[in-house]
Amino acid sequence: MATETGIGASVKRKEDARFITGAGRYTDDVGQHGQTYAVFARSPYARARLNGLDTSAALATDGVVAVFTGADLQASEVGDLPCGWMVKSKDGSDMVQPPHPPLAVSSVNYVGEPYAVVIGETLDAAKNGAEALDPDFEELEAVVDLATAAGADQIHESVPNNQCYDWELGDKAATDAAFAQAHHVASIDIVNNRLIPNAIEPRAALGEYDEASGTYTLHTTSQNPHLERLVLAAFVNIAPEARLRVISPDVGGGFGSKIFVYAEETAVIWAAGQLRRPVKWRAERSESFLADAHGRDHVTHAELAVAQDGRFLGLRVQNKANMGAYLSTFASSVPTYLYGTLMAGQYKTPAIYVEVQSLFTNTAPVDAYRGAGRPEATYIVERLVETAAREMGIDPAELRRRNFIQPADFPYETPVALTYDTGDYEASLNRALDHADYAGFQARREASEQAGKKRGIGFSCYIEACGLAPSQVAISLGAGVGLFEVGEVRVDVTGSVTVVTGSHSHGQSHETTFAQIISDKLGVPFENVTVLHGDTGRSDYALGTYGSRSLAVGGSAIIKATDKIIAKGKKIAAHMLEANEDQVEFEDGSFNVADSNQSLTFGEVAFSAYVPANYPLEDLEPGLSEKAFYDPPNFTYPAGAHICEVEVDPDTGVVTIEKFVAVDDFGHVINPMIVEGQVHGGLAQGIGQALLEHGVYDDTGQLLSGSYMDYTMPRADDLPSFTVDTTVTPCTHNPLGVKGCGEAGAIGSTAAVMNAVTDALGVKDVPMPATSETVWRALRNGGNG
Amino acid sequence: MEIKVKVNGTAHSLDVPDNTLLVDVLRERLGLTGTHVGCDTSQCGACVVHLDGTAVKSCTVLAGQADGAEVTTIEGIGRPDDLHPMQAAFRENHALQCGFCTPGMIMSAIDMVQKSDGRLDEAAVRDGLEGNLCRCTGYHNIVKAVLAAQDRM
Repeated sequence: MATETGIGASVKRKEDARFITGAGRYTDDVGQHGQTYAVFARSPYARARLNGLDTSAALATDGVVAVFTGADLQASEVGDLPCGWMVKSKDGSDMVQPPHPPLAVSSVNYVGEPYAVVIGETLDAAKNGAEALDPDFEELEAVVDLATAAGADQIHESVPNNQCYDWELGDKAATDAAFAQAHHVASIDIVNNRLIPNAIEPRAALGEYDEASGTYTLHTTSQNPHLERLVLAAFVNIAPEARLRVISPDVGGGFGSKIFVYAEETAVIWAAGQLRRPVKWRAERSESFLADAHGRDHVTHAELAVAQDGRFLGLRVQNKANMGAYLSTFASSVPTYLYGTLMAGQYKTPAIYVEVQSLFTNTAPVDAYRGAGRPEATYIVERLVETAAREMGIDPAELRRRNFIQPADFPYETPVALTYDTGDYEASLNRALDHADYAGFQARREASEQAGKKRGIGFSCYIEACGLAPSQVAISLGAGVGLFEVGEVRVDVTGSVTVVTGSHSHGQSHETTFAQIISDKLGVPFENVTVLHGDTGRSDYALGTYGSRSLAVGGSAIIKATDKIIAKGKKIAAHMLEANEDQVEFEDGSFNVADSNQSLTFGEVAFSAYVPANYPLEDLEPGLSEKAFYDPPNFTYPAGAHICEVEVDPDTGVVTIEKFVAVDDFGHVINPMIVEGQVHGGLAQGIGQALLEHGVYDDTGQLLSGSYMDYTMPRADDLPSFTVDTTVTPCTHNPLGVKGCGEAGAIGSTAAVMNAVTDALGVKDVPMPATSETVWRALRNGGNG
Repeated sequence: MEIKVKVNGTAHSLDVPDNTLLVDVLRERLGLTGTHVGCDTSQCGACVVHLDGTAVKSCTVLAGQADGAEVTTIEGIGRPDDLHPMQAAFRENHALQCGFCTPGMIMSAIDMVQKSDGRLDEAAVRDGLEGNLCRCTGYHNIVKAVLAAQDRM
């Protein structure tokens, strides 16, 4: 049903009314009578032994309610924080996982690692108490540099060479043979800079314990409250899931950083049980910088073997990935199954071999950040392709065309374990070239030169794999959780609809998009659909939001449930109209008997289901409420072409983005306005990585970029307006034909920007971020910032 | 100390410790949780309110400095069925996603438009929003919204 509020319409968001009037309800907005305040004491050292901790002065501080140390949690049998994906090394051995106590017990391994929590009647009292703690630290030499971490001091007793795993994917012999045939080999050595996610809402938690029922309630800033509950129940031992409710109310952005189960909410919910009082914590921004899981941080050598006619023959990647000091919740999967598997990109490269050595350092844990492995893979592939094009004197768009997987090739099995279902890469590229006025680029470049500026253009034709699936394959590769989603469609007595989704929205607009789907499928007015999410007390076990999966997986579960509603509605309508069930059709919100004028509205059928006067109770349960779990048969494969044009001022090194074009194929689009918004945000983060953002530690492991004064967040005046468009090849294996749009902007854009910057400068590489200083230096020494 | 402050048209007389910040008075004492705290260095702008008609970062204003003043927060500029033109423009242009930066962004944008002499262009709006961070929208639609709203204010 094509309507103003159905599938394909840019419906204004349901969410907005509360957000634009200040009525949003974020975790820090929730308060409880008699609540206490938690402040965490954090290590000032990157690596130290904690030989003792005198808490007496803290306990004696006015207004301090309690002090809990790592030893207290250990004595109470609070479990370690687990990593949810077991990766195996080349030799078949399991990855090495150091113990990760929520509060450090005898050693600290990154600046900001919490070692105690002070609870006060007021926030100030707790802060004063934390100041009064007297820890006995013995500082040790920190291991900070990723490139040399394997040969440095051993950080964890149980982890030789600081190595978590040494993983491989692909056919080494076939790849070596391909390189032996190469006419040209392009190679790059790159650092994929560490990023700090910086959702504008800092993490927060409010823990409560109800003595009468023995039940815990945790409000927290989580992208997936059921995962939080599972870990707190099964690994941390707070309480069985049935006595632990986790609520993620409005959440102010996540970008991956709020997937993970952290020390702070763990300590808060446990302390609430100990004290029998509510305990509240909200991160200060400096804590977010120190202790939110960071992103990226790879050091990579990669080579592309190319035949004389420009065909890609083979790709070889040697990567070191930084895990930080401990394994965060999904850290191990990011540089492996979300990275190596993407190395075919959009191309028919026949032989690929990827090696990833994952190492510990005395830095904050690193985990999934918008794109998670796929931006890093895209950066390798697309920088290599552009490098090969320049070195071989082939137009970069043309070189890509010669190697694209063609529409007729789908389903296409890559040499790195994925099967792409569909795509039309040339269509996206051609559209992007038009928007970018590629034909006019030379004239613009000459005009810039005459003005004393340098102009460059860069491409990035990315592939991503979203909606991580299927469960059984992922579990066989080490995943510790299933990868399905749940959706429930509750038709109310009067025919309005309440949807409960396991997906979580922290900016993605599920309340609108999912209501559009229901309105479209059931013919119920958009205004009469309410979408609920973010509460383990409301929904069945769910996996939540990550990896651009909400619509492709969560939306598909809702469609499955909707199909059940329609099937049951037909049975009810057949009874009421005294027709055969197979004669009843459902269209535009009415159940109609074929070849007759008999029909019932959706509302009439719903009413009959709950007031079953004329109803087949002997054959059919009353009620009209259905639930479905959806486990996808494959990933989805969004893809697109990004083109960036920059101008560089050689006197100052300032890079200005003159134009940024993104043409993406997300399959069918439910709400174009929302999809464009998702792309804009992703582009800002990808451009931020290329030009502005850098998580920097000094060689003693102190975080130098630990505030908004030091870490360059993209601001309004750093960015251009974007040109965003889509092409469509519908996903072949989910009911909506959708692929996911949340991460694409961050996956494709970084390589496009850096290809443009290096094109402008006429150098092979410039390190990211290409700040004005870095570019200025590069102009004077031919690269190398 | 005792302060008298009018917030969204309602007069309050409050006894607060000397070191209390305006944002904490709004959030903790008056329950006006639409004003958010996103950083600790006066950079993010999520806490912007109007103090006697001028946009200020309420995390960097002592409650005492608001004594005798009129404060307007996001809750005071419009209701869902009677939106301020800037609120309406944010909705119409999809200028918000997670909504966390939005109150501060709207309060800053209103001040920017009110203080502009003549029509703001895209560059001026981008420059004027320099003190407000958004991680969701890439600013593209926020800029559109501010440009759209100035015609209706």
